[in-house]
Amino acid sequence: MTRFALKSLLGRKFRTVLTALAIVLGVAMISGTYVLTDTIDRAFSSIFADSYAGTDVVVSGKAADISVDFESPPVPPIDASLLEDIRGADSVEIAMGGIYDESNTKIIGDNGKALSTNGAPSFGFGLDTAPELSRFNPLNLLEGRWPSGDGEVVVDAGTADREDFVVGESIEISTLRPKQDFEVVGIAQYGDVKSLGTATFAIFDVSTAQALFDRAGKFDAISIAGTEGTTPEQLIGAIQPLLPKDAQVKTGAEEAQNDQDDIATFTTFIRYFLLAFAGIALLVGSFVIFNTLSITVAQRTREFATLRTLGASRRQVLRSVLLEAFVIGFLASLIGLVLGLALAKGLEALFRALGLGLPVSETVFATRTVVVSLLVGTLITVIAGLFPAIRATRVPPIAAVREGAELPKGRSARFTPYIALVLIAVALLLLGYSMFADDVGTAQRLLSIAGGVLLLFVGVAMISSKLVRPLAAVVGLPARAIGGAPGALARRNAIRNPGRTAATAAALMIGVALVAFVATLANGMKASNREAIEDQIAADFIITSQDGYTPFVAGAGDAAAGAEGTDVVTHVRSEIAEIAGHGGYLTGIDPNRITEGYSFDWVEGSDATLASMGRDGMIVGENFAEDHDLAVGQRVTIQTGTSTSLEAEIAGIYKPPPFYPLLGAASITIGAFDELVERPRNQYTFVNVPGDPGEAARDELERATAGYPDAKVQTRQEWIDKEDAEFDQFLVMLYVLLALSVIISLFGMVNTLVLSVFERTRELGMLRAVGMTRRQARRMIRHESVITALIGAALGLPLGIFLAVLVTRALGEFDVRFSVPTTQLVVLVVLSVIVGLLAAITPARRAAKLNPLEALHYE
Amino acid sequence: MSTENGTVVVARDVTRRYGEGETAVDALRGVSVEVPRGRLTAVMGPSGSGKSTLMHIMAGLDTPTSGSVTIAGTEITTLKDSDLTKLRRRHIGFVFQFFNLLPMLTAEENITLPLAIAGEKPEAGYFDELISSVGLGDRLSHRPSELSGGQQQRVAIARALVSRPDVVFADEPTGNLDSSTGAEILELLRHSVEELGQTIVMVTHESRAAAIADRVLYLADGLIVKELQGATQSEISETMDEIARV
Ligand SMILES: Nc1ncnc2c1ncn2[C@@H]1O[C@H](COP(=O)(O)OP(=O)(O)OP(=O)(O)O)[C@@H](O)[C@H]1O
Ligand SMILES: [Mg+2]
Repeated sequence: MTRFALKSLLGRKFRTVLTALAIVLGVAMISGTYVLTDTIDRAFSSIFADSYAGTDVVVSGKAADISVDFESPPVPPIDASLLEDIRGADSVEIAMGGIYDESNTKIIGDNGKALSTNGAPSFGFGLDTAPELSRFNPLNLLEGRWPSGDGEVVVDAGTADREDFVVGESIEISTLRPKQDFEVVGIAQYGDVKSLGTATFAIFDVSTAQALFDRAGKFDAISIAGTEGTTPEQLIGAIQPLLPKDAQVKTGAEEAQNDQDDIATFTTFIRYFLLAFAGIALLVGSFVIFNTLSITVAQRTREFATLRTLGASRRQVLRSVLLEAFVIGFLASLIGLVLGLALAKGLEALFRALGLGLPVSETVFATRTVVVSLLVGTLITVIAGLFPAIRATRVPPIAAVREGAELPKGRSARFTPYIALVLIAVALLLLGYSMFADDVGTAQRLLSIAGGVLLLFVGVAMISSKLVRPLAAVVGLPARAIGGAPGALARRNAIRNPGRTAATAAALMIGVALVAFVATLANGMKASNREAIEDQIAADFIITSQDGYTPFVAGAGDAAAGAEGTDVVTHVRSEIAEIAGHGGYLTGIDPNRITEGYSFDWVEGSDATLASMGRDGMIVGENFAEDHDLAVGQRVTIQTGTSTSLEAEIAGIYKPPPFYPLLGAASITIGAFDELVERPRNQYTFVNVPGDPGEAARDELERATAGYPDAKVQTRQEWIDKEDAEFDQFLVMLYVLLALSVIISLFGMVNTLVLSVFERTRELGMLRAVGMTRRQARRMIRHESVITALIGAALGLPLGIFLAVLVTRALGEFDVRFSVPTTQLVVLVVLSVIVGLLAAITPARRAAKLNPLEALHYE
Repeated sequence: MSTENGTVVVARDVTRRYGEGETAVDALRGVSVEVPRGRLTAVMGPSGSGKSTLMHIMAGLDTPTSGSVTIAGTEITTLKDSDLTKLRRRHIGFVFQFFNLLPMLTAEENITLPLAIAGEKPEAGYFDELISSVGLGDRLSHRPSELSGGQQQRVAIARALVSRPDVVFADEPTGNLDSSTGAEILELLRHSVEELGQTIVMVTHESRAAAIADRVLYLADGLIVKELQGATQSEISETMDEIARV
């Protein structure tokens, strides 16, 4: 019987391969995701391990433990004098003080702009490169020498490669100071990490770095190695007493682990994000498998009946079908697993194309990747094959002697529509619960959304066989008009086995629904986004960093203030802080000028409130105030990363557009901000000019900020357009990832059509015998395919829009609009037609190739 | 495994009604048959007389509306599916009009399939004898699509005989073959009764085919109307004509 199952697969190679493809892609996505995220993890962990490889313990400033959106506030520096104390301490063999900056160093590329790291760090280090201290240096010199004295720098190999920097070349770098010329004296690599993604590195000598980063007489960290036989713990014991209360000491391993943990939350996020798409692909794939196996089982009714007359038990029939599914699933998973290695590269390229370059090391192919990929792929195939297998067992032996015996309907077939309705009802309840119930944990919420959407798809797919007839009547109209007799036949063919057409269409339905959902939701979000920005911004020009979201050095804003011909220049400082005990963004504003650039929608207070705001005054956004029960007049503590804090009184509450607030949860005066935050940075600098904002004004601003190439000057309109464009880019990524599911459903359609053509060999031969031309036969299959695709679109579009309505409502507090993106949806329908046409190519060719005579003899 | 009097299959007062109410068809209206061991029993009758229905019921493929059927002493009309499956493995063989070979298996694999299903190995001596008597020679490794109709039916007969069942049922085994190929197949069936001691029940409407039988039963309108023993082809066809005239 095992042989029988295996031979059945071999006897249907083309079909088996098509069926397997449905799973291959989903599994490749799983495997690719794991490979990519593991590789990124490994790259980071080797970066961190290298960073602390020769370091037993590290002394640094004490930072408050605050984290918002994967980011923590910068760590304050320590006094340089500590180094001598430490060097003199017991058990200390050697120690080095260094400057480590993650964000203010901007290397300027050929185009005169700062190299964009797209959110990745732009490191600037000050390292003591004396040979005896090399153990503390995480970098390996590939070429040239280490820097010594002003005006010398070593850059990382990745950046040098991308920008064609060579040793001896002079490049410009801006730091907290305006850009200066530096000579590239060497090129280095971080440990053995090939690429750091979009991150950049510039290494200076210590005193140069101290000057560039406002660290005169300070270090960011002191790295220490103990004498032979001292444990890191003993070393900590020896050093702890020497430290002031704003400094701390940790083991190198601990630091590496901390850094690693921070990154792990980020890679975990990427991993689940991508796995969600793998899940969708596999869901679509399981529909395809289910459908293909159902059709094959139906076509083999007589075979199974014969087996039964030869003494095969129901269990044996069940096992043989499941074994086929198992083999398909396992082989497909195996191929998918390997394909995942290539897909990981593709995903990395996709991210890089979107500006999210990530560091990459040697490809990591973990056992977990193998196990999960094989297990999930095989299991899903077997589960999808379970129902067809059960149906195969229902074939009675007498079917072996009945001409044209059909697969008996499942016992539950009668109840299918009711089961479908129940599923849909449960799905709606789950979705409603997940979106509108209060007090639900995020994990629980996400699970019930996923469960709800899954059930909804299954429910709609189950009931869709009832909708095939009416839908085919409508979407088949053009086929009839264009296709003539073959078109009319195509429509009949589409409805003659509604269950099959429905299942085929369902696979496409899922893809279409998800694309329609994303398109509709995104359209609403874009509208909200645009409105939010338009409502808030009153300034003529906005200065941001090149990437638009990382804050930039305050010096750049100050430089803009020096531009000629400006009316008002006002800055918005930004940093992560703890406000009344809750992590959030703290912004610093100039109370007297901010209203020239930013429009407040006051809940309590007015623009006049700002004028009376003193050093200890603050204003908060309404949502933050509501979430944490804050009221005007209340005094709250603001704690920043440095150990300083401020008691501030709430002077006013305003209502920021929830979708895109430009200011932080709380805002204080710039004066107070600069006392709280060391080396403050601007999120925006707003500039108003007299009269219309024209090219002359822009040129003047650009000239003024020329020393800070990270500063980007945009008019209000340009900035708004750019925000839109960025959103579009994110959408493109979602579409690319969803395309995978659509491709899988395409295979499903090819599969079904090939099987139908095969099944109708005799009939097609008859049609050809009575005068249907090859061309007409091709056209008939093509129309049938397009009709099926359109049924999928007709089911998917409303479903996607419905889900978008639901989510829009759930996101009501964020003011997300509901707006149907007509153009995109029309494109989606056109794409469905194209998918239909593509799916029909091979089957139509097969149908046209049939020789009428042979087809009639076909048994 | 036969009953003492050498009867393999016993059908008693079997009726079979298809459908309900006004459109109901009584395909069998009280048929009793005993199939003797080691003999070839032919069932004849006009089209629609109930031949196939009777055979399906005797073979346990269909259940009678009333009456009983025993095979090798076991009452099969009340058997559970799993027990019936076991019974098929050891006691029943089938030969179909349309061969019903599995297209992806070779001739040899098709022949041994019943053993594979039952998890048994072919007995060397018997298997070789069987293969030589069906005369497939070098075609054993071919797929059904590479064999002629006659060869395919030979494979099917070998498959029915391979587990040495108590009884082989054949419904129009020559119905899909030309007359000379059909004659060879009939010879093979006769041979298996004589040389291998098989018991065969064959449904046919050709008197030429029925002529190889030891006994011919005539069905008309759901009843057995006549029985001949060791009759010649002309006697058989005369009787057939008589019945048709009634
Ligand atoms: N599945 C069925 N449903 C309804 N009626 C049936 C069914 N099978 C057979 N019949 C009817 O029962 C009667 C006997 O049919 P059966 O197939 O046994 O005849 P037969 O003698 O084998 O005929 P033939 O020589 O044409 O094969 C016929 O009237 C037939 O129409
Ligand atoms: Mg018949």
